[in-house]
Amino acid sequence: MTTIAADGQILDDHAHDADHKPAFFQRWFMSTNHKDIGTLYLIFAIIAGIIGGAISGMMRMELAEPGIQYLTTWVGSGASADEALHLWNVLITAHGLIMVFFMVMPAMIGGFGNWFVPLMIGAPDMAFPRMNNVSFWLLIPAFLLLLGSAFVPGGTGNGAGTGWTVYAPLSTSGSVGPAVDMAILSLHLAGASSILGAVNFITTILNMRAPGMTLHKMPLFVWSVLVTAFLLLLALPVLAAAITMLLTDRNFGTTFFDAAGGGDPVLYQHLFWFFGHPEVYIMILPGFGMISHIISTFSRKPIFGYLGMAYAMVAIGVVGFVVWAHHMFTTGMSVNVKMYFTAATMVIAVPTGIKIFSWIATMWGGSMSFKTPMVWALGFIFMFTVGGVTGVVLANGGIDDNLHDTYYVVAHFHYVLSLGAVFSIFAGFYYWFPKMSGRHYSELLGQLHFWIFFIGVNVLFFPMHFLGNQSMPRRYPDYPEQFAYWNEVASIGYVIMGVGVLIFFVNIAWSLVAGRKAEGNYWGEGATTLEWTLSSPPPFHQFETLPQIK
Amino acid sequence: MAGAKNHDYHILPPDIWPFIGSMSALVMAFGGIMWMHPDVFGSFGSLVFAIGVGLVGLTFFTWWSNVVKEAHAGDHTPVVQLHLRYGMILFIASEVMFFVGWFWAWFDYSLFPQPIDFADGIATNMIGQEGAEALMQWPPKGIEVLNAFELPLLNTLILLCSGTTVTWAHHSLIHGNRQGLITGLWLTIILGVVFSAIQAYEYSIAPFPFAGLNYSSAFYMATGFHGFHVIVGTIFLIVCLARAYKGHFTPKQHFGFEAAAWYWHFVDVVWLFLFLAVYVWGGWGAPVH
Repeated sequence: MTTIAADGQILDDHAHDADHKPAFFQRWFMSTNHKDIGTLYLIFAIIAGIIGGAISGMMRMELAEPGIQYLTTWVGSGASADEALHLWNVLITAHGLIMVFFMVMPAMIGGFGNWFVPLMIGAPDMAFPRMNNVSFWLLIPAFLLLLGSAFVPGGTGNGAGTGWTVYAPLSTSGSVGPAVDMAILSLHLAGASSILGAVNFITTILNMRAPGMTLHKMPLFVWSVLVTAFLLLLALPVLAAAITMLLTDRNFGTTFFDAAGGGDPVLYQHLFWFFGHPEVYIMILPGFGMISHIISTFSRKPIFGYLGMAYAMVAIGVVGFVVWAHHMFTTGMSVNVKMYFTAATMVIAVPTGIKIFSWIATMWGGSMSFKTPMVWALGFIFMFTVGGVTGVVLANGGIDDNLHDTYYVVAHFHYVLSLGAVFSIFAGFYYWFPKMSGRHYSELLGQLHFWIFFIGVNVLFFPMHFLGNQSMPRRYPDYPEQFAYWNEVASIGYVIMGVGVLIFFVNIAWSLVAGRKAEGNYWGEGATTLEWTLSSPPPFHQFETLPQIK
Repeated sequence: MAGAKNHDYHILPPDIWPFIGSMSALVMAFGGIMWMHPDVFGSFGSLVFAIGVGLVGLTFFTWWSNVVKEAHAGDHTPVVQLHLRYGMILFIASEVMFFVGWFWAWFDYSLFPQPIDFADGIATNMIGQEGAEALMQWPPKGIEVLNAFELPLLNTLILLCSGTTVTWAHHSLIHGNRQGLITGLWLTIILGVVFSAIQAYEYSIAPFPFAGLNYSSAFYMATGFHGFHVIVGTIFLIVCLARAYKGHFTPKQHFGFEAAAWYWHFVDVVWLFLFLAVYVWGGWGAPVH
């Protein structure tokens, strides 16, 4: 990446009234400040992550051994066996939707994007500060609707048990009652939030870069958010149309997805995955951006192949729109269509490879230090590559006929998400936490968090490859004896991971109470972007005199 | 703050309306769910929904009133005006993708029709020889369609005409002719209202019902969402008309008007695609009502 040198005078921004903060209610409920809104997003994502993670804990408890262990207890006395099984569907649905829409996206785009896009481009705030706040606050009703859906009838029992994909006809004629409608409207509101956020980010990035910062001098994290915002802008409205069709099929008698009226259930899958595939890049691209900065900082070298890195993300974004049907290989599509979607999907491995190799080349010959953010970034590269390789396997239409809807797929997408996206979130969190809070975290606890979490998630998810190859299907609460061993191992992995997460919270608490005060650029000469020219935390309104980029 | 600001961007004070708007959206969404499920939530759903819609409307009104006030206060520097332009273009791009979803459904059914028979308001799937024959048939066997070259063609001409009147208004505005602006806007709004009225009339005489059939589902939802956008665009133009009477627009600065005009052209273009794909091509060969 092009090194960005700003005028040195920015640090004394404090001199004026720039640090005057509004009172509590005004500051946190009426905010028009990108850093405060970013903080709100991060807190929201942590809360949603705890809930989504607790739900996966319930799932691993149930799956720890064959037979139905806890579902009948959890669903309460007097409930039928079918209602207990429905609870399972509700759990997997809630886990997926919460982690995607209320944990990863708010953390990466809402949290880090809001905090650091304006700082990195030398802007005082976002282009539409008020709309920024409505993007955040729309997530609250969306989340409440989703959580509330668990307590109203959804067909066989309480809650929406459709899977995060909300496929028809299970989501239409298969789920009578308000639960699925609540989940659908939750997605509408979350989608509106993200579309407004996308408009805001694109406008901010295209119009508010500091004088001299051309697109080709723009930090890679900003590039990643720009591409992500375009994906959000163009993919989410198609989801909105699809779930509106679900809503009218469910409540107003249309037959979009009902074959009895000429409708087509596979149409829903096309519409969903036309959104859903860009969505998986939405969840990983900001991570790519953060990893680039971290690798560069802790190798004390500019990123290798800056332009290639930027345009690789653009290529991933563009090609990501024309590969969606690889999620639907088993719906009976023709061989020719399968061949196209196989080939197009594999093309994505090329720009992704460019990124992986450029990160490695950045480290090559660098003066490396293995601080907490760096170990998370290295963990990311390693684990994301594993997930990428299984992705290339699954991209083959012929192989996918066997692996579709098995635990191999679950292993694959948890390697790119739980070990990819989440690792990059933790990497970014440790990288920027002292910048955001003004306090250093404990390096010891950070390292401990990494190693325990790293071991835990690998013990948790790696055996799922074996289970998938032995054809254990996804989305079942029970399984035959032959799958018992690796399921038990996976559940042990969950516990190890949980210990890691506890250390994370201890670390945050410790640093907020007793953490050493952080200076402006605590990473030293490897950290070259504009946020490092500011104090930690930065003044309430930064860059009141715009920095000049040379 | 405090005079330290040394750039042209718009730094806003804290504002309560994003919070109110979001909570209003919750009331509206939950009211809608209550309304759809009176067996679970009782009979107040429509009331809650209406309150939610009212609160969301109030939020829109207050929010954009504030934007207008800020414009008059001089907060909309050239770069902030550029932000507004980008914002509007991007919003329209997302709207285009929303309609892609509805067209996708339409083309899915029309290019890959299922064997289906529609008689006495009920659709039945057909199998065997009869089904194989019907498979090659779109619109589904047994339905009558609206004649594309009667009211839909008239509506096409009305919308195209309204595209010229809104341009008339724009050119008058640029040349400082407020009366021309007002006349052009009045004509555009009248044409928009006439379009909506004709659509409503046509829905009332359409030979197929709303429910029970893929053809009618996709037809009513695609043209219905377009109609909704026409109404939104008309309201936007009415706001511009009111602002024109108040003298809010100058030949140099009138982005509120331009945004309305862009939106109006977007609605117009969507209609052209609907006219061609749904009314003309999509109904081709079927008995006409």
